[in-house]
Amino acid sequence: MTRIVSAKNGGAADPAKKTYELCLYIAGASPRSHQAVANVRKLCEDSLSGVCNLKIVDILQQPQAAKDDQIIAVPTLIKKKPMPVRRFIGDMSNKEEILRVLEA
Amino acid sequence: MVMESLDLEKQQLTKSLTGIQGLDEITKGGLPKGRTTLLSGAAGCGKTVLAMQFIINGATRFDEPGVFMSFEENEKELAENSSSFGIDLQALAVANKISLDYVSFDRSEITESGDYNLDGLFVRLDAAIKSIGAKRVVLDTVEVIFSGLSNAAIIRAELRRLFRWLKDRGITAIVTAEKGPGSFTRYGIEEYASDCVIQLDNVVHDQISNRRLRIIKYRGSSHGTNEYPFLIDEEGFNIMALTSIELNAPAPTRRISTGIKRLDAMLGGQGYYEGSSILLSGTAGTGKTTVSTYAADAACSRGERCLYFAFEESDHQIFRDMRSVGLSLNRWQQKGLLRIEALRPTLLGLEMHLVRIYKQVKEFKPQLVILDPISNLAATGETTEVKIMLTRLLDFLKPQGITVIFTQSATPRQLEQPEMQITSLIDTWITLRDIESNGERNRAINVLKSRGMAHSNQVREYILSDRGFEILDVFTGEDGNLTGSARFAQEDKDAAAKLLGEQKIEQKKRKLEHNRHRMETERIALEAANINSLAEQAKMIAEEVALGDLANTQKSNDARRRGGK
Repeated sequence: MTRIVSAKNGGAADPAKKTYELCLYIAGASPRSHQAVANVRKLCEDSLSGVCNLKIVDILQQPQAAKDDQIIAVPTLIKKKPMPVRRFIGDMSNKEEILRVLEA
Repeated sequence: MVMESLDLEKQQLTKSLTGIQGLDEITKGGLPKGRTTLLSGAAGCGKTVLAMQFIINGATRFDEPGVFMSFEENEKELAENSSSFGIDLQALAVANKISLDYVSFDRSEITESGDYNLDGLFVRLDAAIKSIGAKRVVLDTVEVIFSGLSNAAIIRAELRRLFRWLKDRGITAIVTAEKGPGSFTRYGIEEYASDCVIQLDNVVHDQISNRRLRIIKYRGSSHGTNEYPFLIDEEGFNIMALTSIELNAPAPTRRISTGIKRLDAMLGGQGYYEGSSILLSGTAGTGKTTVSTYAADAACSRGERCLYFAFEESDHQIFRDMRSVGLSLNRWQQKGLLRIEALRPTLLGLEMHLVRIYKQVKEFKPQLVILDPISNLAATGETTEVKIMLTRLLDFLKPQGITVIFTQSATPRQLEQPEMQITSLIDTWITLRDIESNGERNRAINVLKSRGMAHSNQVREYILSDRGFEILDVFTGEDGNLTGSARFAQEDKDAAAKLLGEQKIEQKKRKLEHNRHRMETERIALEAANINSLAEQAKMIAEEVALGDLANTQKSNDARRRGGK
């Protein structure tokens, strides 16, 4: 399975390659939630621009999503596509690590 | 449903009934309501079964819907396991009586990046509770979170928050945990869930598993503190709860027949005391089973129920053996008055036997319980353990006024000194023994002791035949009581003597008759002679009188002739 290594061309997307489907689960509007949202958005803009579909889900508003996607810890970021599925929990401050895993 | 505790503690602690056999008794009303109970034990001890029963019973019997949050088994597995207890989880979920939530973790997929909390758990639990109006929650087993996530400090803090969260909502919860070395949980969460701690154990001893439950702690309430044996069968949890073992059982006064008339006679004329404990010990083949089945037969004839635990023979064997002595037990079984439970003693541990007996007695409600024999129970445990088991059994049965008969195989020496030292528990002790003399074996029955009654001390001979169990007449010869061929010999001798005596009497009678006859003859002869002589005399007198008359007549005639004219 090949993926775009976007660092080389400065974040420019290769249209033939896959798109990342990311889902960030937060619980209400806490500082941590804001932090996580900000961090993930930045990550997408900086390193995955154009190839990133980011959805944000507030489990307080949608509790069923927590059960469906097995969310226990929040914030949780799930990379649903491309496979394999990966999860990240925390405020997403360690962007390099996340990127590395996302692209692995 | 809620039960107030009756103790005199300062705070009024309300409890939630579990509906589990024995547990509500040990806890005196169930688990602390609105608090979290920690259920600890090694894998396979039965934590999930107990926790699930708590939820199910809450939903079906006490109008308290419940949420079962499982961290190990998914909904399908839970449903399958519950169906083996006859429970349809799906149906209950559909009816909104219970809510199942399976929480899965896969550590390999998770990357931790910064701080987080476990709000996901709270959200899901909250949604589940609201969806059915739950009053009970189970988290099984929450420690899995520790192996799924690496930040133990966060997890601990969140769990503490969770238990407080549950308490704030007045939820009665059970949290299960696996026992660690030296503590009740692997990750030390017992600090947060310490209103009530229950421990489950499964000790395998001599290839037999012994399950035990113990209440380690119950804040604000008194509780049974022993280890209670339990078993998990097709109905779920079954705990043997003896919480007050005081010797205050009322002394029974009613007497019941042994089924054997002459044995009743040996027991003060009336038989056993109802509600007493009876031991029939004897060497092999002396008829212990027979004597106990006579008692069963007598009980059933009175319309009472008898529960027979057979540890050596199958029920078919017993029926066949009893037919050969003329007892028909089939009819009682068909009427539902007799139940025979045959089980190899080596199949279960002693405590399991106890729980099984306990369960059967509660269900069948017999007036007579027979254990035949108890001798091979010792093979599954130490003799002291057997004694403890029997003590507990009697402590359970006696206050209910249930009569118990134990049979025990013994060697001749053991008859006088039984190994198991249980005779102090026994009210009536009857031995059946072989007496060897003159090159033959005869059987004798003896009442060694029988509390509260005057009993015979005789050693009476008996025979087992198709006429049944017959105690023979006491036979006293010149040398004392006799049995067997000595008895027969004496009987013959006596018969002969009797015959001789009779003959002599006959002889004497005849002689007497003869004498009388002679006397009669003589008397008649004598009488005849007397009569003759008297007759003779009478004749002579009559003649003299006649002569006299004649003379007078002549004289007067002469006088007339001479001087008259």
